[in-house]
Amino acid sequence: MKIKQLKQAIFFNTFRIVTIIVVVFLVYLLFTFVQNGIGVINWGFLTDIPRQGMTAGGIFPAIVGTLYITVGTMAIALPIGIAAAIYLVEYARENRIVSVVNTAIINLAGVPSIVFGLFGFGLFVVFFGFGTSILAGILTMSLVVLPIIILASREALLSVPKAFREGSLALGASRWQTIWRNVLPYGVPEMLTGSILALARAAGETAPLILTAAFFFSPTLPRSPFDGTMTLATHIFYVLTQSPNPALGRPIAYGTALVLLVMVMSLNAVAIIVRTRQRRKRNW
Amino acid sequence: MSVRIETRELSVSFGETRAIKNISLKMQTNKVTAIIGPSGCGKSTFIKSLNRMNEITGKATTTGEVLLDGVNVYGKDYDVVDLRRRVGMIFQKPNPFPKSIYDNVAYGPRIHGTGDKSDLDRIVAENLRKAALWDEVSSRLPASAMELSGGQQQRLCIARALAVEPDVILMDEPCSALDPIATAKIETLIRKISEEYTVVIVTHNMQQASRVSDFTAFLYLGELIEFGTTKDIFEYPKSELTEKYITGEFG
Repeated sequence: MKIKQLKQAIFFNTFRIVTIIVVVFLVYLLFTFVQNGIGVINWGFLTDIPRQGMTAGGIFPAIVGTLYITVGTMAIALPIGIAAAIYLVEYARENRIVSVVNTAIINLAGVPSIVFGLFGFGLFVVFFGFGTSILAGILTMSLVVLPIIILASREALLSVPKAFREGSLALGASRWQTIWRNVLPYGVPEMLTGSILALARAAGETAPLILTAAFFFSPTLPRSPFDGTMTLATHIFYVLTQSPNPALGRPIAYGTALVLLVMVMSLNAVAIIVRTRQRRKRNW
Repeated sequence: MSVRIETRELSVSFGETRAIKNISLKMQTNKVTAIIGPSGCGKSTFIKSLNRMNEITGKATTTGEVLLDGVNVYGKDYDVVDLRRRVGMIFQKPNPFPKSIYDNVAYGPRIHGTGDKSDLDRIVAENLRKAALWDEVSSRLPASAMELSGGQQQRLCIARALAVEPDVILMDEPCSALDPIATAKIETLIRKISEEYTVVIVTHNMQQASRVSDFTAFLYLGELIEFGTTKDIFEYPKSELTEKYITGEFG
């Protein structure tokens, strides 16, 4: 009996310590960014263009660029991803091809984003001739997040009980009416949660954008989808590695990282709020 | 007496397994036909073949015919959506949609194109009355259907099914998840709605079959062993197997 309890205490305490370590690191990480970044953040930093070889000035074009890329990616990947999930879950019969497609999607979700970047560079930048542009960046980022959105939407649809579908079909509803009126309304909030998380990832992606959309420096805002743009994540990379004097740029990099963190965490917070509200409302 | 729905040499298999074999059965208009038999005898498969629900739930292969008013519902051009409007179904576990009580009953009519608010109000009230639920819910139609008790939910599902004006109502062990009082209410309801609708009910409860049905079919291992008026089946069963089953020797 004693030994049992001792064992339990050892395991529980080990897990507790591990959890505490993780939390401590997270807090420390946040603290570092706030400590090093908060100093440079002011109204000018958020609204000005970079100056003096990226060692002064602001990051306004990068903020705008990140918003463009994120919103554009959402506009393209969300409808396609949800449509694909609906097809896979509701229409496609369980067969060999569907299970191959499902496996392929799971694997695509794990492909390193630089690989997507290279693919997007070859296809959109070079082959279609979009050049280094927001459009090429959005299309490439859509490929990066599409598998994630499909998987999230698929899970959401699968979590809607079969009895709702059968009940609707048994009343003489068509498959589409059933999906539209009696499946999607219950699945959409969860789909959105998953998709928002995917978008948060899109906002922070760097590698694919370096290859397809990002400018090292741009004093003006992009005027069309065919213009390139600065983005927050690539800005951090450029400031620290490509500028003539990286040491001088370090505070700027921290400040940019803090802005990016706040953006991504806000998106995550929205996702959590949507999910909690939905769970509370859900009564099935 | 006229035949509303009839099966001719109906067989259904799932992959290699034959769930029902060569069942020919005639179900009379505005009568209650009970399908009884031990678990796994194919009762559910049989009833689900009548509104072609088998093809949703699994990879079913169906041979033979199901005639609704003389027309084979497995015919090439038969509209399965229209079939399911004409042949409603009540499931084993009450499956109200997570919507309001009102929206549950209005679901079918809306799908079939009734948009007018006053029409819908009338249909909802009328069918909740038919399902003997109106008195209990009339004051809270906007409340969620999930707040109702199990028995109320099942009557709501009956109201929902009646609201699309079907000819036939299929019931797949509609009381198996309910307590005796709720069961009694549903049984009374079944007798009442059979004045207007043809009812086919699957049940593992023989007392229930004898109480609510006019005709009874006994299925065993996917085959139709005996069919006749409920009185005959329960009082003068011809087959030894039927007699053993209804006297509770196996099941």
